[in-house]
Amino acid sequence: MMRDFSISSRWVRVWQRNFSVYRHTWKISFLPPLLEPLFYLAAFGIGLSSLVNSFSYRGQEIAYLPFIAPALLAITIMYNAFFETSYASFVRMYYQKTFDAMLATPLTIEEVITGEIVWAATKAGIAALLMQSVISLWGLVHYPEGLLLLPLAALGGLAFAAIGMVFTALVPNIETFNLPIFLFITPMFLFSGTFFPLQNLPTWAQWLAQIFPLTHLTILIRACALGRPELSLLWSLAYLMAFFLLTYPLALRGMRKRLIK
Amino acid sequence: MPSIIAVKNLRKTFGTFTAVDGISFTVQKAECFGLLGPNGAGKTSTIRMLYGYSPASDGELYLFDQLINNDWRTVKNRIGVCQQEDNLDPDLSIRDNLLTYARYFNLSKSGARQITDRLLKFFALENRAKTNIRELSGGMKRRLVLARSLINQPDLLILDEPTTGLDPQSRHQVWERLEELKNAGLTILLTTHYMEEASRLCDRLVIMNQGRILVEGRPQELIQHYVGREVIEISPPSPKLLSYLKNHGLRFENLGQRLVIHNQADAGLFTLLTELFGDLRCTLRPATLEDVFLHLTGRELRE
Ligand SMILES: Nc1ncnc2c1ncn2[C@@H]1O[C@H](COP(=O)(O)OP(=O)(O)OP(=O)(O)O)[C@@H](O)[C@H]1O
Ligand SMILES: [Mg+2]
Repeated sequence: MMRDFSISSRWVRVWQRNFSVYRHTWKISFLPPLLEPLFYLAAFGIGLSSLVNSFSYRGQEIAYLPFIAPALLAITIMYNAFFETSYASFVRMYYQKTFDAMLATPLTIEEVITGEIVWAATKAGIAALLMQSVISLWGLVHYPEGLLLLPLAALGGLAFAAIGMVFTALVPNIETFNLPIFLFITPMFLFSGTFFPLQNLPTWAQWLAQIFPLTHLTILIRACALGRPELSLLWSLAYLMAFFLLTYPLALRGMRKRLIK
Repeated sequence: MPSIIAVKNLRKTFGTFTAVDGISFTVQKAECFGLLGPNGAGKTSTIRMLYGYSPASDGELYLFDQLINNDWRTVKNRIGVCQQEDNLDPDLSIRDNLLTYARYFNLSKSGARQITDRLLKFFALENRAKTNIRELSGGMKRRLVLARSLINQPDLLILDEPTTGLDPQSRHQVWERLEELKNAGLTILLTTHYMEEASRLCDRLVIMNQGRILVEGRPQELIQHYVGREVIEISPPSPKLLSYLKNHGLRFENLGQRLVIHNQADAGLFTLLTELFGDLRCTLRPATLEDVFLHLTGRELRE
C-alpha cells in the first residue's frame, strides 16, 4: 500500500514550518501542559483523594493520585496530537490554504501530511515532557522506567495524530469535528481506564475499551510511571503500533483524495 | 527553438463536467504567454495541470522539452507559481514566509537568506520584513506572493491573476517588475482579467471559453484582425440611427444602451455619423483587446 505513496525525507520541511511557528508562540504553548497537571493534582489530590481509598490495580495496592497522574499524561498526548491534526491542520488546509502553497513546490501531498502528523506527535511529546517534569516533582514518576515515557508519548502521539488526520480528510467543515470528539474522543477520555480501573466496568464494556488506543497508551504510561513492567504490556504496545500503521496510510490516502482534484 | 511548455489536447474533467476540453499550445523560452477567458473558462484548471497540482485527465504535457508523466519532483524545482487565491502563511512574518518557502525547495540556509533579501528589495518590501502577514495591504500581499514564487529562481513563472484586486499604482508596479523579469529572459505564463495587462505584458495569448481555445495570437494582431484599428461607440442609439446602419448594410453590435461598430471599412464613417446624428452620442476610440475578448466570448455573465 505504501508503494503508491510518494514520500522522501522532504517532509521534514513541513515539520520545520510548524516548529518555527510554535517557537514564536512557545510561551503560550508551554503554559497548559505546565499548569494543567497542577489543577488536576489540586482537584484530585486534595479534593477527591480523601473520598477515594487506595484500591487494587493489577494486583497491587495503589492510591488515587499515582493512579490518575499517568492517565493525565496519556490524555494530554491524545488531546495535543488529535487537536493538532484535526482543528489546526484543517485551518491550515482549508482557511489558510497552506497546503495548496506547499503543493506548488516539490513537496508531495504525502510529505505534507507526514510532516503534519509527525509535527503533531512532536507537539504531544513536548507537552508530555513538560507535564512529566511537573508530576515528577510530586514523586509520581518512577525512574529510570519514567525515561520510557517520551518514546511512548511519540508513539501515542503518532497514533492520535494519524486518526485526527483521517477525520480531517473526511469532515466537510470544521464544525463536523464535534462528531468524532463527541463519539470517540470524549468516551475514550472517560472510559479508557483513565479515572477508574477498567475492572469497574461490566465485562462487555471492558472488551469495548480494548478498542480505544487511549486504553493501551494509559496502561503503558501507567506501568512506566509506577515502575511496574510486565510482559502483557507488549500487547498494548503492539496495538498502538498497529493502530498507527493502519490509520497513517488511511490519512495519506484520504488527504490525497480530498485535495488532489 | 526549445519550448518551455507544450501541451497537446490537454483535458480536465471533474466527474461528468469538462473544465478543459482538449487544448493545445506552446510557450517559447523568454516569452510571456497569456491565458485569457471569462470566469470558469478553465484557466486555473489548466494552470494546475501545468505545475503538477492536479493530474491531467487526458493529453500530453511537455515541460522544458520533456514529456511529463509522474516525475514532477525535478520539474517542480524549475517552476515558480503564484496561485489565484492568496495563500501566504499568516502564521509567519514576511521574511519568514520567504525563508520557509525556500526550505520547501531544499535551498541552503545561506542561499535562502541571500535570495530572500534580494527579492524583498526587488519588490520594495525590505522595510516591512518583520511585519505579520495579517497587517499587509492587498498590494503588499500580492507582491510578496510574487516574491515567493521567485524564491527557487525558476525558469518558468506561472501567474494566476497576479494583479486581481490591486489599485492602479500597485498594478503598474507589478507590471514593471514583471517586465524586468521578462527582459531578463524569464518565461512567463499569465492569466488575467485585465486586458490592458495582457496587451502590455503578453507576447502571445490565447482566449479560452468553456474549456476550449477560441483564438491564439499576438495582442495587436488579434485586435487588428477582429476589431480593426478603431471602434465607434454610440449611446444610446436612436431608432433612426439603427435603421440608417441597417439600410447601408453596416455591421454593428447592439447592446441596448450602447452600440459598437467594429472593423469599419470606411474611415470616414465616424465623421459621417456625427454629422448626421449629432456628435454627443458618438465617440471614436482605439480598439483594445477588451473589444476582441467581448466580441469572441460574448457579453452574457458567467456563473
Ligand atoms: N475541483 C473541482 N470540482 C468540480 N468542478 C471544478 C473544480 N475546479 C474547477 N471546477 C469547475 O471547472 C470550471 C473551470 O474552473 P477554473 O477555475 O479553471 O476557471 P477559471 O478560468 O480559472 O475562472 P476564474 O476566472 O473565475 O478564475 C468551472 O466551471 C469550475 O466550477
Ligand atoms: Mg481561475
